[in-house]
Amino acid sequence: MSKRNANQPPEKKGLFARLKERLAKTKHSVIDRVKTLVALRGKIDEELLSEIEEILIQADIGVSTTAKIISTIREETTVRGVKDPQALITAFKQALLSIVSKSERPLTPPTAKPFVIFVVGVNGVGKTTTIGKLAKRYHDAGKSVMLVAADTFRAAAVEQLEIWAERSHSDFVKQSMGADPASVCYDALTSAKARATDVVIIDTAGRLHTKINLMEELKKMVRVIRKLVPEAPHESLLILDATTGQNAINQTKTFSQAIPVTGIVMTKLDGTAKGGILVAIRDLFEIPVVMIGVGEKLEDLRDFNPQEYTEALFES
Amino acid sequence: MFESLGEKFERIFKNLRGHGAISERNIRDAMRDVKLALLEADVHFRVVKEFVTRVTEKAIGSEVLTSITPGQQVIKIVHDELINTMGGPGQPFSLQPSTINVVLLLGLQGSGKTTLAGKLAKRYMKQGWKPLLVPCDVYRPAAIHQLRVVGKQVGVPSYDQGKQKKPVAIAKNAVEFARKEARDLVIIDTAGRLHINEVLMDELVEIKKAVRPQFTFLVADAMTGQDAVNSASAFNEQVGIDGVCLTKLDGDARGGAALSIKAVTQKPIVFIGVGEKLGDLEEFHADRLVSRILGMGDVLTLVEKAQVTFDEKQARDMERKIRKQTFTFQDFVDQMQQVRKMGSLKDLVGMIPGLGRQVKDMQFDDREFASIEAMILSMTPEEREDPEILNGTRRRRIAQGSGNSVQNVNQLIKQFNEAKRMMKQMFSGGGPGFGPFRKKKPKHR
Repeated sequence: MSKRNANQPPEKKGLFARLKERLAKTKHSVIDRVKTLVALRGKIDEELLSEIEEILIQADIGVSTTAKIISTIREETTVRGVKDPQALITAFKQALLSIVSKSERPLTPPTAKPFVIFVVGVNGVGKTTTIGKLAKRYHDAGKSVMLVAADTFRAAAVEQLEIWAERSHSDFVKQSMGADPASVCYDALTSAKARATDVVIIDTAGRLHTKINLMEELKKMVRVIRKLVPEAPHESLLILDATTGQNAINQTKTFSQAIPVTGIVMTKLDGTAKGGILVAIRDLFEIPVVMIGVGEKLEDLRDFNPQEYTEALFES
Repeated sequence: MFESLGEKFERIFKNLRGHGAISERNIRDAMRDVKLALLEADVHFRVVKEFVTRVTEKAIGSEVLTSITPGQQVIKIVHDELINTMGGPGQPFSLQPSTINVVLLLGLQGSGKTTLAGKLAKRYMKQGWKPLLVPCDVYRPAAIHQLRVVGKQVGVPSYDQGKQKKPVAIAKNAVEFARKEARDLVIIDTAGRLHINEVLMDELVEIKKAVRPQFTFLVADAMTGQDAVNSASAFNEQVGIDGVCLTKLDGDARGGAALSIKAVTQKPIVFIGVGEKLGDLEEFHADRLVSRILGMGDVLTLVEKAQVTFDEKQARDMERKIRKQTFTFQDFVDQMQQVRKMGSLKDLVGMIPGLGRQVKDMQFDDREFASIEAMILSMTPEEREDPEILNGTRRRRIAQGSGNSVQNVNQLIKQFNEAKRMMKQMFSGGGPGFGPFRKKKPKHR
């Protein structure tokens, strides 16, 4: 931390300096922090609950889901008469885990042929990188993979995916910039059927869920995909960025209204962002989290494990 | 799912307004809701706490309690304090003539640095500067190519790094190159990185040392949650930033991260990204964002957009026509085309005070414009000037010509007549200065 630039003016010592100091210390797991709190207080009181509340909010779990968890814990203490802080911690872990592990499932192994995976999300969440890693996974499992560059809007998106296709030894289908993405899908699936490709992964352009015309475009792509492979897409994955706050709820809501989202992938969990919004999303939607991204390397895409996630939720 | 912060405040303060005089208890109740609203908007927990304490202290003063309209006064305090936290009036960011201005962009992955680089280049090229885009992201596949394509789209050259693979050397050579080529604005695009990656953070420090940028901008996603304070303070402490650019504000994120970042870095938010097109860059105005948050609409932005798009003389002609009731379909289609230049209809309507709430769930399909346009363009010049002559045969022809049903045409004519009537009413009661389109320069509050 001593890499401060010499050009920086001396810091004003005020509320925000103190705030920063406090934040720098958030390096323990939430369970540890709760334990410390309990040890300090020796009893369960409202103040303790409000401090737990603060920890949950700071992990992006959101106001309403936090309220739900706190009321579960409160019930344990008042209704069931839990007095022992240790028992409170168990109740707390249980409350989190029961939300997160609801209707959990891994990514479906390719059953059909071609097995079509459709990848969507807002701008900059890491769709293309996730696809690259996913392709590598299928390739290593002995499947033939095709990557489809249906992001014909963003500059160099096609080239970016092409490099991932090379790295993962996948086939690659593209058209020119600005081409109709639905037409790229059509081309790709025609050729995937001809070549008997096992897995087809379609990369779409990042889009804010508030842009109606772009959401319509996604619907059209799904319609066109179904013309060739009626039961496709077999998986429609929504990519969410762990640094995103409460807006991830709106993203999940709107994307799953436009297309049948079958699973969520949360990326960038290797930073200090806790990705706690996942708890809120698991609470509000029946969409399982299938994978998480924890780094930029090919092997940094992992199956989602609710237990691990809950434990690691607040570590940094 | 959740109400927007603006709606929430609107409701909270409606409750407050209902009271003749407000008690300390009223204020505390309102502040609890303010706190929840801010948390739902992703403002960092501690920033919220501090904000609420400050506002409560101010609001519980005797001045408020004896005031005639205490509710209004609390609104004002919340509003002013939000602006305070956001950084007061927008701090000017300006380039220095006859020197090489170096702007360094940094931030997390996917925050929108490359797009922002293109937007900055476009903005300053339009103002007569000679930008050079410098690709220092040697890690992400095709990132360099992306910057080059963006550069081509806005007509700004990108520095060719050749075989060089070290970001520090690329940046250094690029500034040298800019000197030779008489480029006066060097925009350095760096790779997205995690603020806890020491190697890459050191790289930024090295780049900064090598090129001594006048401005180092943190590029941050408006959708960021509580972690915004961690990443922003790490970038600020380890590398040092001069300002913040907030991206993806065209979505429905409530942008609480802006408050948090400002609070921990004390650095101004300078630009905001409001769309995917390279022209979609605006200067940040704290008062406007706060007004929007408070549901007070964003009239100033609307006025400015209108001023850029509308020709003043045209606007005056239009007003005269409306007054004299000689407003025709031709004028209607002209006006519509100008409005479309200003942005999406939903965005525009959302900026009108009091309307933001109503339009939240309305679906605005900009393509409806296209269908209306087609109908009007299928009319003869005579019909456009005098809609009275539109009989059944003409209406059928217009419907066929524009690919619409006769019902659609009927509806359009009905709406047009209604609009005309409404405009007449506005003018008979409203006096001069219709809408924002006539004002020369918006006055800042």
